[in-house]
Amino acid sequence: MSAILQGAGAATSLSPFNSIDSNKLVPPSRSSLSVRSKRYIVAESNVIKSFGSGLITRRSKPLIANAVATKRENAASSTSSKPGHELLLFEALQEGLEEEMDRDPHVCVMGEDVGHYGGSYKVTKGLADKFGDLRVLDTPICENAFTGMGIGAAMTGLRPVIEGMNMGFLLLAFNQISNNCGMLHYTSGGQFTIPVVIRGPGGVGRQLGAEHSQRLESYFQSIPGIQMVACSTPYNAKGLMKAAIRSENPVILFEHVLLYNLKESIPDEEYICNLEEAEMVRPGEHITILTYSRMRYHVMQAAKTLVNKGYDPEVIDIRSLKPFDLYTIGNSVKKTHRVLIVEECMRTGGIGASLTAAINENFHDYLDAPVMCLSSQDVPTPYAGTLEEWTVVQPAQIVTAVEHLCQ
Amino acid sequence: MAIWFARSRSLVSSLRQNLGLSAILIKRDYSPRPIISKSFLGPVTSHRHESTAVEKHPDLVQPSDEEDVLELDFPGGKVGYTSEMKFIPESTSHRVPCYRVFDKNGRIIPNSDFIPVSEKLAVKMYEQMATLQVMDHIFYEAQRQGRISFYLTSVGEEAINIASAAALSPDDVILPQYREPGVLLWRGFTLEEFANQCFGNKADYGKGRQMPIHYGSNRHNYLTVSSPIATQLPQAAGVGYSLKMEKKNACAVTFIGDGGTSEGDFHAGLNFAAVMEAPVVFICRNNGWAISTHISEQFRSDGIVVKGQAYGIRSIRVDGNDALAVYSAVRSAREMAVTEQRPVLIEAMTYRVGHHSTSDDSTKYRAADEIQYWKMSRNPVNRFKKWVEDNGWWSEEDESKLRSNTRKQLLQAIQVAEKWEKQPLTELFNDVYDVKPKNLEEQEVGLKALVEKRPEDYPPGFHV
Repeated sequence: MSAILQGAGAATSLSPFNSIDSNKLVPPSRSSLSVRSKRYIVAESNVIKSFGSGLITRRSKPLIANAVATKRENAASSTSSKPGHELLLFEALQEGLEEEMDRDPHVCVMGEDVGHYGGSYKVTKGLADKFGDLRVLDTPICENAFTGMGIGAAMTGLRPVIEGMNMGFLLLAFNQISNNCGMLHYTSGGQFTIPVVIRGPGGVGRQLGAEHSQRLESYFQSIPGIQMVACSTPYNAKGLMKAAIRSENPVILFEHVLLYNLKESIPDEEYICNLEEAEMVRPGEHITILTYSRMRYHVMQAAKTLVNKGYDPEVIDIRSLKPFDLYTIGNSVKKTHRVLIVEECMRTGGIGASLTAAINENFHDYLDAPVMCLSSQDVPTPYAGTLEEWTVVQPAQIVTAVEHLCQ
Repeated sequence: MAIWFARSRSLVSSLRQNLGLSAILIKRDYSPRPIISKSFLGPVTSHRHESTAVEKHPDLVQPSDEEDVLELDFPGGKVGYTSEMKFIPESTSHRVPCYRVFDKNGRIIPNSDFIPVSEKLAVKMYEQMATLQVMDHIFYEAQRQGRISFYLTSVGEEAINIASAAALSPDDVILPQYREPGVLLWRGFTLEEFANQCFGNKADYGKGRQMPIHYGSNRHNYLTVSSPIATQLPQAAGVGYSLKMEKKNACAVTFIGDGGTSEGDFHAGLNFAAVMEAPVVFICRNNGWAISTHISEQFRSDGIVVKGQAYGIRSIRVDGNDALAVYSAVRSAREMAVTEQRPVLIEAMTYRVGHHSTSDDSTKYRAADEIQYWKMSRNPVNRFKKWVEDNGWWSEEDESKLRSNTRKQLLQAIQVAEKWEKQPLTELFNDVYDVKPKNLEEQEVGLKALVEKRPEDYPPGFHV
């Protein structure tokens, strides 16, 4: 990433704000800036006051001249953007699943309405017609049962992909996932492997109510023996799906209800994404922002604002929720010395909480400021749209947090 | 619902045989269903998108005796209706009878149906039942002496253990609850291997990671015992599904106790196996007690066998203390499961003579003479022994030789297993995943350093 030094003129626009005028924002005087969004949501000033003292101006870092890296903003693939074919995220998942089912006859799918109906989110569309309704199995409504069934099938040689219609329903399968899926490879002394993939949409949607807005990654994260990954773009959705199916460990793939219709161009040739790797979305210098799934987009939206204000955030989509890719994260922390975690989990006991602990433990010496974690509140997700919007982290909060951390 | 039924041609034809709800209750049709011809072998394309509109089958419902029985169609097919408001009683006037072959003295009841057993097989069955008895006794004593931490006996259920195992093929995959070590014994697990697992030593296949009696062996197609009750039932449906996909000549066989049938997974596992038409044999050991909960406090149905029909599963109640009956029932069930690709439920009536486990004292909640009665007068091993002896295939001399040899072998196995070194520290972190991830590597390195720095804080046999 490049940082271009500017003259003194640019420095004036970056003087610390004690309060922000909600309707006025001084545009920077650089001509190369292309302001992408005219709408700036600004947090209330009392929030800044509550962050404590510390109005020391730190201008040791070079100023940013370029606008937000436009390549990254389109949620393009992190590898070469060779023209491939364009599709939506759920189609990418389906493509990955279909390719793996073609490649290995042991891969099968089970879940509610996955067969001829094509899946509630159309991820398994067309698969039953192609592979038959035994390999793409419609199950009765019992999550614990079909998860258990997948585990039993996996122990005898199949590679099931278990779909929960909504991640929240997999709470009913917790017994099978924790006590059997995560454990049996270990307690059998390695005699039985359980190469299942448990997937489904989760996260806060649009007014789906509390029971359908669960973030299961918080609850599953301490089960030993499982791996957890979260996809966020069509590129990594397909790659992670394929990698998860090929993995010998049980993998839980978290998708997000609101991301299924994201469109992107993905390569034609075959590829898989590494299950334990994080994705560098936007390299930067000032601060490391760690995020995953839908919050990636809120972060990128905030990043546009931040760049306009002269900050250079480094955005990493952690992707691997268990185990954390502390290598990529560590390198970033060592570079920027500031960390902001933006997640959709609840404040208490979420992925952010664990990640904060891990970073503090491992990279304490490299931090110039406390690790800050923006999460959803510890409330059941309300139905009303306005209330729901404020349970999840909004770009404005991210901007404020970065400004505070970078003081 | 029509879609479910339409998927299986045999089920549709069986609906044609059974007319209306009331008829299904009275007429218990145990005739073997026609073998599903290739219907499970590929995608069923023809019936999937049929609507639930009335199908034109003039011969579907035959008029019965009642004048006003006509048919209604609903999703799920045609059903007769009646204007008489009649509730199905909560229980039938007679309980489902129990299939048995031996009388209480070990003599075959004349005109019984059973599959004949050769001398060789019968002697082997008896030997294994006696071995299981000796093994249970010795390991129980070892626990009482503090040499192993925990044990769970199968006293009173030896016939279920051994006779069911004898009726199966080695390719059939077993998903045990925890009171079925006899099945593993039959398949060739040695007394030394049992001892190794109980002591959790280095030779244990489970690598010391599970409590005693949580045996597991992929060589013997016996899935590792997992403590939570009934979790193996949906897994059995999955194993059946896997075997069905691979068209193997094998079935899944899973065990559960009477208490375990209250778990949600019982309902789930049976329902799934029925809908998937998976080759699974569910064997319920109804031994009267779930720790201290008597079956009268566990359910209000007539045992477990009546629940099979609720799921569309063929079922049978069998005398679990009658080795020949268990053998015949399991053997037939296995054939049905594999050739007809359907689940079967067997309820084996028995009694749990021992305590639930070494952590339990059952005299606290049941009469000591009740236990004595079952132990002496209704002992399945003695009953089978009488028959084998009456046939001239077994003598007292054979008996004392077997028991003393087994006892010696067991004591020796325990001694050796006890002294065998335990697992090294590396096994704490292996097999959590296929490849150790970085965080576990770090934890391992940290722990190793700790142990090496202060060895006096760790037990003497402990090594990294």
